[in-house]
Amino acid sequence: MKRVTLALTLALAAGLTAQAADAQTLKTIKDRGTLSCGVSQGLPGFSSPDDKGNWTGLDVDVCRAIAAAIFNDPTKVKYVPTSAKDRFTALQSGEIDVLSRNTTWTISRDTSLGANFTGVTYYDGQGFMVKKSLKVNSALELNSASVCVQTGTTTEQNLADYFKANNMKYEVIAFGTNDETVKAYEAGRCDVFTTDQSGLYSNRLKLANPGDHMVLPEIISKEPLGPMVRHGDDQWFDIVKWTLFALVTTEELGITSKNVDEKSKMENPELKRVLGTDGNFGEQLGLTKDWVVRIVKATGNYGEVFDRNVGSGSPLGIARGLNNLWNKGGLQYAPPIR
Amino acid sequence: MSTEARKPPAQIALKIRRVLGGKTGWNGIAVQLVFAAILGWIGYEIVSNARANLENQHIAAGFGFLRNNAGFDVNQTLISYTGSDTFLRVFVVGLLNTLVVSVVGIVFATVIGFIVALCRLSPNWLLSRIGEIYVEIIRNLPVLFQILFWYLAVLAALPNPRQSISLFGIAFVSNRGLVIPRPIGESGFEAFLAVLVFGIVASLSLRFYARRALFQRGQVIRIWPYMLGLLFGLPLVTMLVSGLPFTFELPQLKGFNFAGGSRVIPEFVALTLALSTYTAAFIAEIVRAGILSVHKGQMEAGASLGLSRGSTLRLIVVPQAMRVIVPPLTNQYLNLTKNSSLAVAIGYPDLVSVWAGTSLSQTGQAIEIIAMTMGVYLLISLLTSAIMSVYGWRVSRSLGA
Repeated sequence: MKRVTLALTLALAAGLTAQAADAQTLKTIKDRGTLSCGVSQGLPGFSSPDDKGNWTGLDVDVCRAIAAAIFNDPTKVKYVPTSAKDRFTALQSGEIDVLSRNTTWTISRDTSLGANFTGVTYYDGQGFMVKKSLKVNSALELNSASVCVQTGTTTEQNLADYFKANNMKYEVIAFGTNDETVKAYEAGRCDVFTTDQSGLYSNRLKLANPGDHMVLPEIISKEPLGPMVRHGDDQWFDIVKWTLFALVTTEELGITSKNVDEKSKMENPELKRVLGTDGNFGEQLGLTKDWVVRIVKATGNYGEVFDRNVGSGSPLGIARGLNNLWNKGGLQYAPPIR
Repeated sequence: MSTEARKPPAQIALKIRRVLGGKTGWNGIAVQLVFAAILGWIGYEIVSNARANLENQHIAAGFGFLRNNAGFDVNQTLISYTGSDTFLRVFVVGLLNTLVVSVVGIVFATVIGFIVALCRLSPNWLLSRIGEIYVEIIRNLPVLFQILFWYLAVLAALPNPRQSISLFGIAFVSNRGLVIPRPIGESGFEAFLAVLVFGIVASLSLRFYARRALFQRGQVIRIWPYMLGLLFGLPLVTMLVSGLPFTFELPQLKGFNFAGGSRVIPEFVALTLALSTYTAAFIAEIVRAGILSVHKGQMEAGASLGLSRGSTLRLIVVPQAMRVIVPPLTNQYLNLTKNSSLAVAIGYPDLVSVWAGTSLSQTGQAIEIIAMTMGVYLLISLLTSAIMSVYGWRVSRSLGA
C-alpha cells in the first residue's frame, strides 16, 4: 500500500505535466476507448467484484452510466480499486477519470484536493455495529469501548468528535483497508465497528454469522456520498454531474430501462426533451442527443439502480429513506433538463 | 647543444587541478560541471513543474497544515496526545511509535539471532537441527504474512476483557492487550531517582577501575559486593528514610475495558514478535558465518588453555567474528526498521499508518507528507548506520586490526 502511495505521489510530482495541461478529459477517454473509474476495494452494494470478476454496485452503475453516455456501451469501463487513503492521489495524478467510491462530500475535500464533487448518489450517515451479546442498545453506552475504523476516512474524525462531545473514553484501532478492519472486529479486537451505515449493513454480510451483530440506531454524522472529478475541466464536470441528474430525472418521469423505447415515441414535450427527440442538450454536453436513452438502457433509472444494488432487490435490503425522490419524502432532486 | 630542464608547472595550479579534477585533470572537471548542471536542472524542473501543476489544480500546498488540528485519535501514544492536537504532534507520535517498535525489535532480533546461531553451531544434533529448521522456515516466508499470522494468532488465542487471564490479580491478559499496574510517583520519588542514578554511575566507574587494574597490573579486584550495595542497598535505605517512592495504580475492569494501569496493545506485541523473529533468522546466518570465519585453531587454542566452550566463544571467537558480523548486521537493523512500516496492516499506529496514511488523506497533501516520511526513514537509517560504523570501528581497533 505504501508503495502504491509512493508511486502515485511520484507520478503526481513529476509526470503530471501531460494531465494538468490537458483539460480535455472527454477526448482523452474517447481516444483511449475506456473510462477509467476509481472504485472501492470491495464494498458489497456499492462496488465489489463478483466471482467472475465483474464489478457491480451503486457506485459501479454510476461508472457504467457515464460510459454508456459516452460510448453507448456500459462495459467500456476500467475499474481501478482504490483504498480510502489512496483514492484522492489516484484522481489527482490522472490515473482515474472519475472517483466513484462512497466518498463523503466535505468542504475540505472540495476545496483543498484539486477536485470537485459532482453530486450526491447516496445520502448516508455514520453508525455503529456491535455484537448482540454485548447487550448494548445505544451508542451512548459505549464508554471505554474499543472501536475499529478504516484509516483515512471522515469516520475517524466523526468518531473523535462524537466521543468527545459525549464525554466518553474510547480506544481507536485504525486499519488500512476495509477488509482488515472487519477481520479485526470479527476476531474480537474491538467491541465496535464504525463506518457509514450503508457500509455497516454491507460489511455485516461478510461476517460469519451476520445475525449475531446489530447496527445501533444512532446516526452521528451527515455523509453525503458522491463521485469526484479533477479541477480544470468544466465540460467533464458537467458530463458526470448531469449523468447523475439524468438518473434521478428519469425516475421522476417514470422512465425505466424497460419502457424507455415506448416513452421516447410519446408526444409529451418534457419526455421528448429529456430523451433527445427534441432539442440538443446532449450535444451541448459534448455527447449525443440520445444520451439519456443510452444511460437508462444501460443501468435503469436511479430507483432501479438503488433497488438492484442496495435496496429491496438486494441482500442489503436498505430502505430508500433520505434517498427517495424529493416528492416522495427523500432528498434526491435534479434540476430540470431544458 | 645545451638542454635546459623543463620548468615544472606552478605548484598552485597543480594543486587545484588535483583537487578539482581528480585523476582526469581539467577534462574531468568540465564533464563533472556539466553533469552537475544537468542534475540541478532536472531537479529544478521537477520541483517547479510540480508546484505549477498543484497551483493550476488548486491543490493545497506548503507546510501550513502542520499547525492545523488533526481531529482524530491514536491508539498508542508515548507522549500525551488528543484529537485536538496538531498534525505536527501526530507526526511525532507516529515517529516515536516507529522508533519504539524498531528499537525493541532490534534488541530481541539480535538476542534471538545469536541464540539461534549458537544452536546451529552446537555439536548437539537436536539443537543444531532446531536452529536449522527455524532459519529455513522463518526466512522463507514473507514478513507481512508473518505479521498477520502473529496478530490473528495472538488475538484468536486470547479471551475478551471480561474473561481475561489474571496474573495474581495485578496484571491481566486479554485480546485488548496486557494491562499492568502503573507506578505513580510519590513525595520520595526524586530522592529515590537521584540515589538510583548515583548508584549506577558509581558502579560503572568502579567496574572501569577494576578492569584497568586487571589489564594494566594484572590485579583482580572483587567488586560485586560493592556494586550490590550501591545498586540495591542504597535505594532501599533511601526508601526507608523518605518513604515509598511510588505506589501502583491497579487496573480494574470497568465497562468494556480496563481502566487505570499501563497497557501494551496486541498490535505492538504482534509486530515486535513478527519483526524480531523474522530478522533473527537472517541475523543467525550472519552470526554463524562470522563465527565460522574465525579459524578453528582459535577454538582449539581456547580448549587447550582449559577454557570451556562457552568462555572460548565469548572471550576469543565472538570478538574476532564481530568484525565480519557488524556490516551485514547493520543491513538487517535497517531492514527491520523499514519493515516496521508494514504495521498499517494490523492497525499499529506507526509513522506510515498515522502520518503517511491518516494524515495524508485528511489533508490531501501527498507530496509534503511523503517527502517528510521519506526524509525521516532516511535519517533513521543513516543514524543507525553511523552508530554501527562507530561500533564496527571500535571492534576493529580493539583487535588491533
